[in-house]
Amino acid sequence: MLSQDTLKKIDHEVAKYPADQKQSAVMAALAHAQDEKGWLAQETIACVAEYLGMAPMAAYEVASFYNMYDLAPVGKHKLTVCTNLPCALSGGVHVADYLKQKLGIDFNETTPDGMFTLKEGECMGVCGDAPVLLMNNKRMCSYMTPEAIDKLLDELKS
Amino acid sequence: MSIQPILLAGLDASTADRTWRLADYMQRGGYAALKKILAENISPEAVINEVKKSSLRGRGGAGFPAGLKWSFMPRNYSGAKYLVCNTDEGEPGTFKDRDLMRFNPHQVIEGMAIAAYAMGVECGYNYIHGEVWDLYTRFEEALAEARAAGFIGQKILGSNFNFELFAHHGWGAYICGEETGLLESIEGKKGQPRYKPPFPASYGLYGKPTTINNTETFAAVPWIILNGGEKYLELGKPNNGGTKLFSVSGHVVKPGVYEVPMGTPFPVLLEMCGGMRNGKLKAVIPGGSSAPVLPADIIMDCTLDYDSIAKAGSMLGSGAVIVMDESVCMVKALERLSYFYFEESCGQCTPCREGTGWLYRVVHRIEHGQGRPEDLDLLNSVTENIMGRTICALGDAAALPVRSFTKHFKSEFEYHIENKKCMVPPEVQREGSNIYVTPNRVPSC
Ligand SMILES: Cc1cc2nc3c(=O)[nH]c(=O)nc-3n(C[C@H](O)[C@H](O)[C@H](O)COP(=O)(O)O)c2cc1C
Ligand code: FES
Repeated sequence: MLSQDTLKKIDHEVAKYPADQKQSAVMAALAHAQDEKGWLAQETIACVAEYLGMAPMAAYEVASFYNMYDLAPVGKHKLTVCTNLPCALSGGVHVADYLKQKLGIDFNETTPDGMFTLKEGECMGVCGDAPVLLMNNKRMCSYMTPEAIDKLLDELKS
Repeated sequence: MSIQPILLAGLDASTADRTWRLADYMQRGGYAALKKILAENISPEAVINEVKKSSLRGRGGAGFPAGLKWSFMPRNYSGAKYLVCNTDEGEPGTFKDRDLMRFNPHQVIEGMAIAAYAMGVECGYNYIHGEVWDLYTRFEEALAEARAAGFIGQKILGSNFNFELFAHHGWGAYICGEETGLLESIEGKKGQPRYKPPFPASYGLYGKPTTINNTETFAAVPWIILNGGEKYLELGKPNNGGTKLFSVSGHVVKPGVYEVPMGTPFPVLLEMCGGMRNGKLKAVIPGGSSAPVLPADIIMDCTLDYDSIAKAGSMLGSGAVIVMDESVCMVKALERLSYFYFEESCGQCTPCREGTGWLYRVVHRIEHGQGRPEDLDLLNSVTENIMGRTICALGDAAALPVRSFTKHFKSEFEYHIENKKCMVPPEVQREGSNIYVTPNRVPSC
């Protein structure tokens, strides 16, 4: 079910832990699986669990505990805006409002063309770069003025 | 007053692409402390003693003396022991470890290797906050460099000392910053904190003796070994050794990370940040969102060290300084923080799981003009029912902001309840929270 490439990445993670502690790699493995599939369906989670020799339920517990796993389909580009207080003092909420208006969606919604999902995020540990947004869990966008957002959206649409 | 940084000396974002590399670190005298220990056969006890002398206190929030913590690890233990670095920086306002990790990751690796040597540990993990993926990949590359150069791995620099180090990433859960939640997370489980005792030094990762320190704590160690614990202590003030990174956010001209000696007066730090952006200083949260807020007149008289801030009724915490000017409605600010704790409570302790919900809903209704006269007493009673009744400190972290906001800014809460609106006009608030980017910074993506 998972590609060879993903399995190779998971092997790299498994190698970090004692031989009898493969389960330690589950967080990284689920993240890699999510990268490949776009989101984590029950079958995908079960697949990861089997590969690591753990109960599917144990892997599901992890997938549902941590915020950055998507247990339902999301748009091609998931944009998570930090609106926590330090960011809000430098425009985090304004940026979120700007994105809502530009994309025509609210938090936790996806545009009808399936291109964008908007999420509200908690502190990402980069408050000095506010306003910030995180793209598809991995790409940190700093100092996101409306002009910078316009540019980013154009780039993503093209 | 001249300020000598030692953790981030000469480092900033403009040169980060080069300075994180091993070659650059070596040019700056990197790994000299590890080499010295191994070449001169300095005993583990002597290393721990030096750290004790330095009065280095944990930089993750609690300020526990690092040398003392290290001495809790069992000496003659036959099985595996572990060393863990806490880079799960997610406390709102905290972004200092990020700069260490992107400008100078080898300093963290060297500090961990020295700590491992001192405690006889052969395997370590660095747990990196999920949202900062670039730091994770960079750290993995730095580890590969260090391994190739023989600074980690088997028989380090020809000695009998072995130490393997790996990176582990989080995936969006603030609670994993709590040390036992973090251990559960490395074990591949939900990050729900464990009862203490037993403490990690006796029952830690995989049930083995484990020491956990913050990234900045480890980063300070090479300097201490090279220059001596006393020298480090002298940089700060008694019982508060060394320098500390402060991540300043909010209404200052230049938000960012600043390294200053412990005991630096708060107004000096504020001046380094270019002062206030527009309005007058209203309040400061000095140690991350979990620390009690302090009104302007109190914080302006504080020096930045554990003891002074504690005396003023707050905590130095992680050194995350959130600066607010008079455009901020304190009810709204608290509402946002309370939402955070409600969202991030791991759910295993009823007082925290339910209590954080109560706190958020009550502050929310006050903010939205539906507050009731008895609400302030209610908030107080909810905090009393949380504090001291939970497995970990997240419950207290949720309660302390509520208590301090309602104590120092009581009149604003009362005004909201009586008048069903905010004391600070909405347009002033909107203006004050406008999009603001530090001068000379460009959007990057
Ligand atoms: C809810 C919660 C979140 C925490 N988050 C962090 C964190 O992000 N980074 C950190 O170093 N310590 C954090 N801590 C403190 C750790 O539990 C622990 O005290 C620390 O990592 C020990 O390292 P130190 O002694 O070097 O400070 C947190 C504690 C709590 C209760
Ligand atoms: S508050 Fe937004 S990154 Fe910290």
